[in-house]
Amino acid sequence: MNYVPKIDRRSFVIGTAAAGAGFSLGMSLPFGEAHAQQGTPELNAWVVVKPDDTVVVRIARSEMGQGALTGLCQLVAEELEADWSKVTWEYVDPRENVRRKRIYGNMNSTGSNAIRQSHDYVRRGGAAARQMLIQAAAAEWKVPASECTAANSIITHTPSGRKTSYGKVVNAAVKIEPPDPKSLTLKDPKVWKIAGKPIARLDTRAKVTGEQKYAADTQLPGMLNAAIKACPVRGGKVVSFDAAKVKGMKGVKNVLAVGGTAVAVVADTWWHAKTALDALPVTWDEGPGAKVSSATIEATLKEGLEAETPFIGNRAGDINAALAGAAKKVEATYAYPYQNHACMEPLNATARYTADKCEVWTSTQNAEAVLAAAVEASGLPFNNVEVTVVTAGGGFGRRARTDYVTQAVQIARQMPGTPIKLLWSREEDMTQGTYHPITMCKLTASLDANNNLTGLRMRISGQSILAGIAPERLDKGRDPATFQGLNAGGTEGQIGYDIPNILIDHAMRNPHLTPGFWRGVNNNQNAIYLECFIDEVAHAAGQDPLAFRRKMMAKHPRHLAVLNAAAEKADYGKPLPKGVFRGIAQQMGYGSYVAAVAEVSVSSDGLLTIHRIVGATDSGHVVNPASVERQIAGSFVYGLSAILYGGCTVKDGRVEQTNFDSYNSMRMAAMPKVESVLVPSGGFWGGVGEPTIFVAAPAVLNAIFAATGKRIRSFPLKDQGIRTA
Amino acid sequence: MARLTVNGHVRHVDDDPDTPLLWVLRDTLGMAGTKYGCGIAQCGACTVHVDGVAARSCALTLAAVEGKAITTIEGLAANGLLHRVQQAWIAHDVPQCGYCQSGMIMAVAALLKQTPHPTDAEIDAAITNICRCGTYQRVRAAIHSAASA
Repeated sequence: MNYVPKIDRRSFVIGTAAAGAGFSLGMSLPFGEAHAQQGTPELNAWVVVKPDDTVVVRIARSEMGQGALTGLCQLVAEELEADWSKVTWEYVDPRENVRRKRIYGNMNSTGSNAIRQSHDYVRRGGAAARQMLIQAAAAEWKVPASECTAANSIITHTPSGRKTSYGKVVNAAVKIEPPDPKSLTLKDPKVWKIAGKPIARLDTRAKVTGEQKYAADTQLPGMLNAAIKACPVRGGKVVSFDAAKVKGMKGVKNVLAVGGTAVAVVADTWWHAKTALDALPVTWDEGPGAKVSSATIEATLKEGLEAETPFIGNRAGDINAALAGAAKKVEATYAYPYQNHACMEPLNATARYTADKCEVWTSTQNAEAVLAAAVEASGLPFNNVEVTVVTAGGGFGRRARTDYVTQAVQIARQMPGTPIKLLWSREEDMTQGTYHPITMCKLTASLDANNNLTGLRMRISGQSILAGIAPERLDKGRDPATFQGLNAGGTEGQIGYDIPNILIDHAMRNPHLTPGFWRGVNNNQNAIYLECFIDEVAHAAGQDPLAFRRKMMAKHPRHLAVLNAAAEKADYGKPLPKGVFRGIAQQMGYGSYVAAVAEVSVSSDGLLTIHRIVGATDSGHVVNPASVERQIAGSFVYGLSAILYGGCTVKDGRVEQTNFDSYNSMRMAAMPKVESVLVPSGGFWGGVGEPTIFVAAPAVLNAIFAATGKRIRSFPLKDQGIRTA
Repeated sequence: MARLTVNGHVRHVDDDPDTPLLWVLRDTLGMAGTKYGCGIAQCGACTVHVDGVAARSCALTLAAVEGKAITTIEGLAANGLLHRVQQAWIAHDVPQCGYCQSGMIMAVAALLKQTPHPTDAEIDAAITNICRCGTYQRVRAAIHSAASA
């Protein structure tokens, strides 16, 4: 194949985003000619069968703990009729995707999209391979293919009972003309045998023996280690540094400027690099960001709560008339702080650069973006850059960025021929985040004389993720993602209430910190704003929070069904032990409907115990219920960590939290008992990696209000007199 | 030159005495199973056993472990047989991203040695490792299962 695209970072990333709209490339194109992979021809881009019956499923998305790897293999194996015990996998080389006209579609793994946006074409890959294998066996037996069936990697000629295995016919099968993917009929999920089952993850054993290699574990002959420090004030630059001061320190090989914004020390071991870096005198030009503090950001956001803005997310009826005619009004202002992703595996990348080749080993949520970043940073042509994707120790949105890859290549480029492993310290990770954006929200509700909610006014003020990192995706300056979960319609983030008069708008105020997509993204704060406020309104109306919600959900049956499922499982309405109180919340996003009921107690001196949380999800289809349960439980941990202990504050332009001592995370002692309720209603494919996180905080916050009578509207709770065990 | 025993093998390393054991293991000895997560003994990803007791190797200098017996995740299995904690971890399919799990498993193996049948409260007190994926519920179930194995 001679297809070599014109590649640059910007057009590549935009192209990747644009492809996200349809995700049809993998199936609108033929599966392509057979490509030899390690001496074994492939049946199509997704499936390789080896003569020993091993099935290799190609994984174009990232595995970062969420279980996409196992789920995608289940989907392919289901259509392939494969013997699950023979199924293995390999990551797709992002260059192959470009060379093969993006046959693998979007390789990005964000927005809970890994399965929900590729299920169709990977299943067609499995189905096409099965058809070719059956045809090959039928041809060998000189019988009609229609008389043959496949199951468990065995093909049977039904009339004669003859059998053969996939591995025995694969060499003939790869020579058969692949079917048109669109001509294939996929299985009804009702008859799934492998997909839809709580099958064990394919990557567990290596993760309990220490054998699993993460990018941070990369070892190459002659490799050196680099530690890096970028200007602690975002937007600042390196003015000078005194390399002579540390060059004589043990193991130090080089002291370098990186991209004008950072300094790095390269040494034999990472500890030597880090020790010398800590001792390196650096003069920064901190830029205008140095004047920013949490107080100045708060003032800016507060101004935005009252300012004029053209950016409207949801409008119906006449909110002003509703508020003017209200029998009762409720008003509250909430705030949600910056958050850091804090993946357990700190960001890292290994690069080797020579005059005609650049190689990168890293973990990422977007292998193609890594490729684009390496092409740009190396200055080499696309064909001279190689990217090896390694399993990620967490992603949560941070590994959708490629800043650490660019830095690794920039360092390697200054030391040609030597492989350099760049590993960020935890302090660097905390200081150089792409943070969950900071926002505030002022909410006003109108109730009529019968305590019906007649109007809802929401003014969001604060940072836009898209303005910060993907401005090409803004809609005439407006950030549509700001309104996740609050939209009037659509399949991504639809509000679950029918409110006759509504106005939700956004005053965009962008502080200097770089924002980023953080598990759940804008649903996190929007669900707190909406669901805690609805709770406030219910109490103002003197009504039960569940009953009050239900009245407004008749036109949103899926939202309502999942809320009911959570309430039923949680025995809502039945008495709780003395001192234990309930809170509920529901939200919709990334194609799925979620709800939670939390049961908490709060001691008089602020000790919060979360006894139990019931989390219900309707994701349409469920590919692996055990994976979904893990994502539900994990979402509570990640979302509650942020609300209990998280929050990044700014002083002199710097994020003040530098490690887990100041940015804590939930541990065993605070972990509630989580009960998952899976209520897939079929007919659609929703995500599961993120949705539950939306309801984690509001369910617990509403329960805290029920327990204490005190409504907390700014976070983290540790700063509001609430602590955990 | 410091002498220590790692997974039963005597090793001599000439790192500075103040080098954290974590980096001796990872960079000097090339044993990558023990993970770096925070460097300040907060997260527990680097947990190993020192003379059978769980310790956070990022905050333990080479000098402090000289002459001692270190066990890492790579040395937990014996005679080709996975440790009962590892077996329970597989049975309960505990890991998600898995990066913290080496340290978590080492912490649990040490706990069970001291407290063969821990209560939930004893687990809460002893297992303070951070898992950002949040797989604690399966960790707890797997601990109880390993304890009764």
